Amino acid sequence: MSFVLHCPHCGPREVTDFRFGGEVRAGTGSRPADERALTRALYLRANVDGLQREWWQHRAGCGAWFQAERDTGTNRVLRTVAS
Amino acid sequence: MPMRDLLRTRRMWRPRQKLKDHYDVIIVGGGTHGLAAAHYLARNHGITDVAVLERRYLGSGAAGRNTTIVRANYKTPEGARFYDASLKLYEGLSAELDYNLMFSQHGHLTLAHSDRALMVMRERAEANRLLGIESELIDAAEVASMVPVMAPLHAMEHPVRGALYHRPGGVIRHDAVVWGLARSADRAGAELHPGTEVTGIDVRGGRAVGVRTNRGKVSAGTVILATAGWSSLTAQLAGVELPITTHLLQAFVTEPLKPLLDTIIVSGDLHVYVSQTDRGEFLIGSEIEPWTTYRMQGTLNFLQDCSRHALELFPWLERARMLRAWAGLCDLTPDYSPILGACEVDGLLLSAGWGTYGFKAAPIVGHTLAEQVATGRTPELIAPFALERFHRDELVSELAAAAVSH
Repeated sequence: MSFVLHCPHCGPREVTDFRFGGEVRAGTGSRPADERALTRALYLRANVDGLQREWWQHRAGCGAWFQAERDTGTNRVLRTVAS
Repeated sequence: MPMRDLLRTRRMWRPRQKLKDHYDVIIVGGGTHGLAAAHYLARNHGITDVAVLERRYLGSGAAGRNTTIVRANYKTPEGARFYDASLKLYEGLSAELDYNLMFSQHGHLTLAHSDRALMVMRERAEANRLLGIESELIDAAEVASMVPVMAPLHAMEHPVRGALYHRPGGVIRHDAVVWGLARSADRAGAELHPGTEVTGIDVRGGRAVGVRTNRGKVSAGTVILATAGWSSLTAQLAGVELPITTHLLQAFVTEPLKPLLDTIIVSGDLHVYVSQTDRGEFLIGSEIEPWTTYRMQGTLNFLQDCSRHALELFPWLERARMLRAWAGLCDLTPDYSPILGACEVDGLLLSAGWGTYGFKAAPIVGHTLAEQVATGRTPELIAPFALERFHRDELVSELAAAAVSH
């Protein structure tokens, strides 16, 4: 099901206006401890069925990156916040 | 057939009233992969103390939602060898199951609209031929003579320059594959349990020892996960995180038309693929939606974009009405290759990361996973697809041959 995202700068637009940037991963802020930690950070994903915090870019608009909270089970977007 | 059989409800497999306390092998997921594993465990290794647990009905996931295309012209030697072995098993599967799977090997054409695409296809054809896979580059004139119903190739907005022709490619009826494998597994003694949702996987001392379900707890010697779009969620039940994101893939069919098209037409540049089913419907599909979701409902932008691109190839389809559209879930890996075999939890085997190419691989997945259960060793054919490859930095990039969902 398609859906509408509220760009924090431009307002509501169809999802086809945006580039999906994937789930927000908790960053440690430091270099990964070893190669396995690096690989985990690079490739592994929670891929939740439910509420997900994720990155989007308003490609066809202002170009800004922002975060959204979306339920991947229903595609309902709860909120978007400027990054 | 005796007359009394006409009055009987005939079942393809037996209903099972309850789960046993233990099975040698528990297979999670009653799709083509899980059922093929059950079939080959019995057929090749005599292992029949097997239960297939399916949350909904058999074939309710990707098994019944794919666009039935089978082919082997992948780009990497690892991928091409693997899918070719699957194609060869499919060729003998109707006889093996004593069930008509309606396999039509009428050929598969991937159109090239640019120099770049021609170059990539020439490389693919050579890589395929080295492995003995029929695959060749043909020019626009040959495409036109093979598919006379396509729009004039030079008049298109993106003229067709040539195509990769894969003669053994074709379509096979996906429901029949599910039913045939299920019947074979059931006859051999495996238990099929639809309506059985796995809610937990018990891991003790780093080893999977059983599963919890909505119908009780069951112990197992080996657990196989074959849940396609839901791979991340089932693997997490055992504490295994996967490099997978789940996406929506859609397709639609037109009303039935007279027989016009007897090859599969794919255009990576136009993001569309088209075939005509045995019923006469034009089956049209495109790419996955870029965002992740578990909601299996289609989008209008897909129908619009896909129709526009299909009409560029077949303008006379403009009067055909859409009959139905549907959607399924795809579990995508970063390198467009699957994740197969052992993982960090002992006794847990994975068949995951199938993106848009799982149906093509069903027989060889069942075949190799059954061998791994029986021998305890990873078959050579699937070794490159181990989950561990992401840690060893040995990715198998099938981007060029698998990124368009056909």
